[in-house]
Amino acid sequence: MFPTPIAQVSSAARRTYRAALLVSLALWLLPLLGVALTSMRSIEDLNRGNFWGWPSEIKLVENYAAVFGDTRMAQFFLNSVLITLPAVAGAVALACMAGFALAKFRFRGNLALFIVFIAGNLVPFQILMIPVRNLALDLHFYDTRWALILFHAAFQIGFCTLFMRNFIKQLPDAMLDAARIEGLSELQVFWHVVLPLMRPAIAAIAALTFTFVWNDYFWSLVLVQSDDVRPLTAGIQSLRGMWLASWNLISAGSIVAALPPVLLFFLMQQHFIAGLTAGTEGD
Amino acid sequence: MADAPMPRTRAGLSAWWWRHQRALTPLILLAPGVLLFALFVLYPIAESIRLSLYDWDGVAPKVWVGLANFTELFGDPVFYTALANNLCWLAIFLLAPVFGLGLALFLNQNVRGIRAIRALFLMPFVISQVVIGLIFAWFLNADFGLLNDLLPRLGLSPVAPLDSGRWAIFAVILAGLWPQTAYCMVLYLTGLTGLRPELIDSARMDGAKGMNLLWHVVLPHLRPVTFIVAMVCVVSALRSFDLVMIMTAGGPYNSTMVLGYYMYEQTFLSLRYGYGAAIATVLFALMGTCVGFFLWQLLRREQA
Repeated sequence: MFPTPIAQVSSAARRTYRAALLVSLALWLLPLLGVALTSMRSIEDLNRGNFWGWPSEIKLVENYAAVFGDTRMAQFFLNSVLITLPAVAGAVALACMAGFALAKFRFRGNLALFIVFIAGNLVPFQILMIPVRNLALDLHFYDTRWALILFHAAFQIGFCTLFMRNFIKQLPDAMLDAARIEGLSELQVFWHVVLPLMRPAIAAIAALTFTFVWNDYFWSLVLVQSDDVRPLTAGIQSLRGMWLASWNLISAGSIVAALPPVLLFFLMQQHFIAGLTAGTEGD
Repeated sequence: MADAPMPRTRAGLSAWWWRHQRALTPLILLAPGVLLFALFVLYPIAESIRLSLYDWDGVAPKVWVGLANFTELFGDPVFYTALANNLCWLAIFLLAPVFGLGLALFLNQNVRGIRAIRALFLMPFVISQVVIGLIFAWFLNADFGLLNDLLPRLGLSPVAPLDSGRWAIFAVILAGLWPQTAYCMVLYLTGLTGLRPELIDSARMDGAKGMNLLWHVVLPHLRPVTFIVAMVCVVSALRSFDLVMIMTAGGPYNSTMVLGYYMYEQTFLSLRYGYGAAIATVLFALMGTCVGFFLWQLLRREQA
């Protein structure tokens, strides 16, 4: 193990390490702590310049009630859910299928197709902006949730397929062959043999894709414009004009926007990190 | 072999399907994904490049202008500011792997609660860039920002980085460096835990330690990680948009302009779709060079 395990050195060093861990963590998360604290302050506290001290009165419930009650944050939140879940489901389902085809079948253009999926996912998405927007206008789904669902599903297929293909490639061929000898068709092999084994991969990629789609801001500016369909990221930015210097409300809104991916991350930590680090294990 | 145990009694379509299903299945499985990807990713790339040769306001008929958009672009000072900022972004983002490795080394210990601590360190990466931009914009705000509340207490004079044509871009990049470092950290941590213990032990036996061990033994074995980490940093540096939009909207006086935001502004605010497409094409070419290198390396690994 590198660096030297702390268990092998003196207990004084161990205590120092523990203290250093906590101090550095506090500094690292200082901006988030500030926001969390501010989201429960009163506006008088902020006007008085009490930024870092303990809030003079806890306005947690009032602030969050104001965020949901006085603005359309609840609608934005619902929109984010209604956009993200179908987009993730679509991208993951199509990527499972494509990943199986690319991993376990030999055909001309297999590797080329794989490369196109990777490369497409790396392009600067600005180059897609005008044509995708025109496509949405021409096909009459501009300013609907479908615009974001379809685009995100399509764009995330690239990364999801890369991940799925690499995962399925590790499954032993002998197992698939055994199923074929039993008389299963290729589609049945996919459905009854491969898919059940893919559960951890699906969990990992779904958690990761959820975060990417939920946090998207660019496309929610380009493909939708009305509050009825706008997701949280664009919604919260549009509220900034209304809230001006009410940073306690902006902070509360930010926490609302940040919470779902953070919760998902902590609930599915192992899967999430496995997805993030796929293919980067040192040799 | 797959066809061997087939019942011989099947007829018509079903028999035809059984004869060909091995060849047809990959096609059927790939078709929906490939179609959607082609429609929303591949075709738009080609269409954007085509549009860059036209003058278009988004409504009236397009007018063919050849390379005029590019000629104008290469004489446009804002374009060069944006390009320089993107390159600056890229250079600073290459610090993320260095900081990330440092953090990973710091956190690569088995003490109680370390998993939770690592997860908390990764948290900035999970949060939307919109929220990060809002937090930092407020932190650095000259009049009621948290930083200027803190500095005088420490005996320092207040600052206004976001209002400065010189420093604003660094403030924006710094906000981006925070989640980026967290991301690099988690990749390096996985790399470090994946290292074979014998490898380190035998190097220690040979007398290597500290920086020497890191440089000559650990880092060479982390090369695949470093490679991916560097590529991801390059890609996100070139894509940058959200933080600029939230924190400065390209200002003051275009000093924080980046290509991704400039093309958005030219297209939707100045209604110059062709010019916007030309900026996107340049950005694409820039990325293409980097991604081409990346794929070439990946292919070499795939074939090795």
